[in-house]
Amino acid sequence: MELLTPNIGLLFWQIVAFGGLFFILRSFAWKPILASLKEREENIQSALDLAEKTRREMAAMKADNEKLLAQARSEREAILRGAKETADKLIAESRDKAESEGKRILEQARETMQNERQALVMQMKKEVVSLSLDIAEKVLRKELSDKSAQEKLVNDLVATSSLN
Amino acid sequence: MSGSFFKRIFLLSALVFSSLVPALAQDDEHHEGETTVVEHGKSEEGFNMGEMIMHHIKDEHGWEFAHGLKLHLPVILYTADRGLEVFSSKDFEEGKAHNGYHIDHKTGQVHRIDTAGKADESVKVWDFSITKNVASLLLSVVLLVVILGAVKSSFAKNRGGKPTGIQRFIEPLILFIRDEVAKPNLGHGYAKYLPYLLTVFFFILANNLLGLLPGSANVTGNIAVTMVLAVIAFFVVNLSGNKHYWMHLVLPSGVPWWLLPLIIPIEIIGLFVKPVSLMIRLFANITAGHVIILSLLGLIFVANQLGGAGTAWGLSPVVIVFTLFLNLIELLVAFLQAYIFTLLTSMYIGSAIEDNHDMDHGIGYDEEHIIEPVA
Repeated sequence: MELLTPNIGLLFWQIVAFGGLFFILRSFAWKPILASLKEREENIQSALDLAEKTRREMAAMKADNEKLLAQARSEREAILRGAKETADKLIAESRDKAESEGKRILEQARETMQNERQALVMQMKKEVVSLSLDIAEKVLRKELSDKSAQEKLVNDLVATSSLN
Repeated sequence: MSGSFFKRIFLLSALVFSSLVPALAQDDEHHEGETTVVEHGKSEEGFNMGEMIMHHIKDEHGWEFAHGLKLHLPVILYTADRGLEVFSSKDFEEGKAHNGYHIDHKTGQVHRIDTAGKADESVKVWDFSITKNVASLLLSVVLLVVILGAVKSSFAKNRGGKPTGIQRFIEPLILFIRDEVAKPNLGHGYAKYLPYLLTVFFFILANNLLGLLPGSANVTGNIAVTMVLAVIAFFVVNLSGNKHYWMHLVLPSGVPWWLLPLIIPIEIIGLFVKPVSLMIRLFANITAGHVIILSLLGLIFVANQLGGAGTAWGLSPVVIVFTLFLNLIELLVAFLQAYIFTLLTSMYIGSAIEDNHDMDHGIGYDEEHIIEPVA
């Protein structure tokens, strides 16, 4: 079977051709081709990674923004609530103060009036006493001289002094 | 729409074809038998199918593209007594002798002839001629260098960008070999073997495809060519074998000791069977494809002989349709065989370089090794 017996010349040329092809292609074609394939794949991978990273960053930023917004909103509410509370407190306080001040003033006025009345009454009482004493003195003096005159004087005095 | 249409046509034709193959094969044998009879009858004019086919699938000095259109190639001979001799194969035309050499037309071998015109078997003639196969081989090398050089410059031009031109055709093949053949079988050490695997794949593919052209040589269907490829594969596999590979060969773990006398010879035979199977698979597939196509075309000539020109003309459309389908299948086989050779080579290399053998069953010698996941 000649088909199955390898020819020495063809063996030789095949070794030369395949060996030559391998060494030529290895440095001349495969190295640069595989390098640029790898480079391109790395580029694509890094671009994808970058896109993914950016997407994640965007999401994080969005979340941050929302958080900030929520925080700002709650802060605003807190401030508003605080302001309202302060204002309410202020109003209440000033109302209380005004009320108590009014009360105090009223009280004071009432007290002063009371005091004055008291003083007036006291003075009046004093005057009544001194008047009574005067009258009594005068009556006593008159009685000592003339009984009828004394009586008349007392009567007169009583008639002239009207108690009020 | 059109895609599914063609798919359906293809499937249908594949069905028809597959059911007809055995019948055709029988037909071939039948006719061949008859032609021999015919040939014996009319010895000169007779068409011998077997001879025609062998002539086409075998090597020859000079490249005959078609009848009468022959490229004469250099004959390079070396003999111990006369040294190197180079002359054109034209000098051997029509059985002529030249410089005391002649070609034995039965075997195609060059012999020294003595003064009486008889072959002198005592002189060993080393024939390093640029035969049809060698010329085709060198042509494929030049083509590959040119095409892959163009791909390389295309890569350089489209640096980082999308592929254009011929790069778009070649790049998927390179990526396929890298991602589907080298990486899964070789693991993280794949880069070292990738240039070799790519060269093997493209070399076989180029020669398979060139062999499909009419009038071309049958390079990958020649046992010398596939033998060199297989021997190279053998050396690549065994020279990269690690400790586990060799240990597995001489002392397979997980095997009872009394089976070792049986297992070790089997393992050692397996070492050589692998490259031999590579050699025969490629050779037989490509040669068989050529034989089938040539047999089909030969049917026309057989019909001419048996039933006259009318029968031959009537038969030829059928034969042409079948040949067309077979050519399409051969086109598939051209890619398939290149892929299979590369795949098996990378699997053999993979088994030689992997850290941990499947056969170890976990009781081997892998304690010192950390099993790394293969990407």
